[in-house]
Amino acid sequence: MDWFKKSKRGFTGSEKKEIPDGLWSKCPECGEIIYTRQLEQGFWVCPNCSYHFRIPSQKYLDMILDDGHLEECDLSLESRDPLKFKDSKKYPDRVKSAQAEAGMRDAVRAGMGKIGSVEISFAIMDFRFIGGSMGSVVGEAVARAIERSIERNVPLVILSCSGGARMQEGILSLMQMAKTSALLAVLAEKKIPYISVLTNPTTAGVMASYASLGDVVIAEPKALLGFAGPRVIQQTIGQDLPEGFQSSEFFLEKGFLDKIVGRSQLRETLILLLKYFQR
Amino acid sequence: MEDRQVLDFEKPIVELQKKISDMKDFASGANLELSREIQSLESKLEKMRREIFSSLTRWQKVQLARHPRRPHTMDYIHLMTTDFLELHGDRCFADDKAIVGGFAMMDGKPLLIVGQQKGRDTKQNLYHNFGMPHPEGYRKALRLFKLAEKFSKPAVVLVDTPGAFPGIGAEERGQAEAIARNLREMSVLKVPVVVVIIGEGASGGALGIGIGDRIYMLQYAWYSVISPEGCAAILWRDAAQAPQAAESLKLSAEDLQELKIVDKIIEEPPGGAHNDPEIMALTLKSEILATLAELEQLPIDTLLQDRLNKFRRMGVYRE
Repeated sequence: MDWFKKSKRGFTGSEKKEIPDGLWSKCPECGEIIYTRQLEQGFWVCPNCSYHFRIPSQKYLDMILDDGHLEECDLSLESRDPLKFKDSKKYPDRVKSAQAEAGMRDAVRAGMGKIGSVEISFAIMDFRFIGGSMGSVVGEAVARAIERSIERNVPLVILSCSGGARMQEGILSLMQMAKTSALLAVLAEKKIPYISVLTNPTTAGVMASYASLGDVVIAEPKALLGFAGPRVIQQTIGQDLPEGFQSSEFFLEKGFLDKIVGRSQLRETLILLLKYFQR
Repeated sequence: MEDRQVLDFEKPIVELQKKISDMKDFASGANLELSREIQSLESKLEKMRREIFSSLTRWQKVQLARHPRRPHTMDYIHLMTTDFLELHGDRCFADDKAIVGGFAMMDGKPLLIVGQQKGRDTKQNLYHNFGMPHPEGYRKALRLFKLAEKFSKPAVVLVDTPGAFPGIGAEERGQAEAIARNLREMSVLKVPVVVVIIGEGASGGALGIGIGDRIYMLQYAWYSVISPEGCAAILWRDAAQAPQAAESLKLSAEDLQELKIVDKIIEEPPGGAHNDPEIMALTLKSEILATLAELEQLPIDTLLQDRLNKFRRMGVYRE
């Protein structure tokens, strides 16, 4: 299976958060000790409890796209600091250290690729970059991915992984929700398929815009999804949240997902969907 | 006037106002000629008010936007329109009282008007859920927008919310999906839509009914990706840092005009909208009517292309 192939480019930066470097890895969910190579070959899914480790965008490219190849576009898009935002850190410094850590310019990569020989416009978010948050750059890159879909009349696939809008760009981040959703209205009018894939986590501003607007919305198992964060809800209502609240399984049950798809089935599911939507 | 209805920075103004009215009572009671003194105090009052209001911090503006006496959506509906016919329900789950909407006549012109509604006391606030909509509120709003489209009536949206409600039911019924769908559908709604932020514009809860051909803001309204308290809690780990967060978020009407998000700032009466709701409503009404007259001149394709371009342009980046 060619999609197991290691990318030529690999990925830079540290992955200390969930991807372990050692020979053995521990599942954060069930505590199982797993041989790291086995984990890698199994799509970074715990063989015991099927917990999906959070993985960098490059690993998804390797798994999903033909030859793991993305013809990347808009690589020079970069954040500015329109609000001169400062909390404990200045925003430009925060961006710089995120760039160094994730080896990306911002929290999204977008371009053209193929899935099962079908050409698609693809965008993928990366949680390592300020929690996958959406500021002007993410919004612009996603907007252009939608436009490429429209221009070339090819399906759109977006894989989301984001805590929501990026606070440090204030109202401009909020308006990226409007920008991307408005373009999706154009896409829908042209009857071009859009498949939205949700991974852990997809919440707030991203969930309340393009991530929810797929013709088909699929999610990885046990991902945290939703509008408000669980802590905010807990504080608002002053009581504990039910077990499994805001998980993929919860939203499937409530009717907001088409399907939960394990990582090992993701590529095949996309191939099939694209086949069904082909005109 | 109860004390809690006066903001700290309003106090000197209110005290002077009281002094003037006392002096007027005294003069008429004692049949004394004090008009010169009263006049001088009144000009002093005006000067003081101008000084205080010309140098408001962003946090003070947030407080004005939340002023307990600030006019809410229903106040404007009553002051700006006649024959308001409220329509209820999302046809799916419930009628959300945090969003009100219906058809009305504005100077004889039929239109749809929709907005978040806050209460003025605890009972009303519980009824309207503090102006924090559930998914059914967004779905009701969309149903009404589609009605306006079907019967070729323009839509006016008044935004005033501390946010979409973060609760179990809201999540169960798809808060994110409801907002996302509105963003998409409103951006291609085939009638003119004028959006005015009249008070608080908190995040997706505001944007969820906030897509239109023009976005206006009252002078002391705020609009942001997150409330100052929410931002402070996350970035400073202390909600008490909200004043600092308000500064950082650049959420005032002037900020938003500078960032090219808001098309126009609608000036409030001296001392803010709550100081003279009638004048505020009159100003707002004439802005809305003038704008609709302008938008209705445009062919529908142009209107929609302009609306798309408007949002397409938003964002600041380098490349």
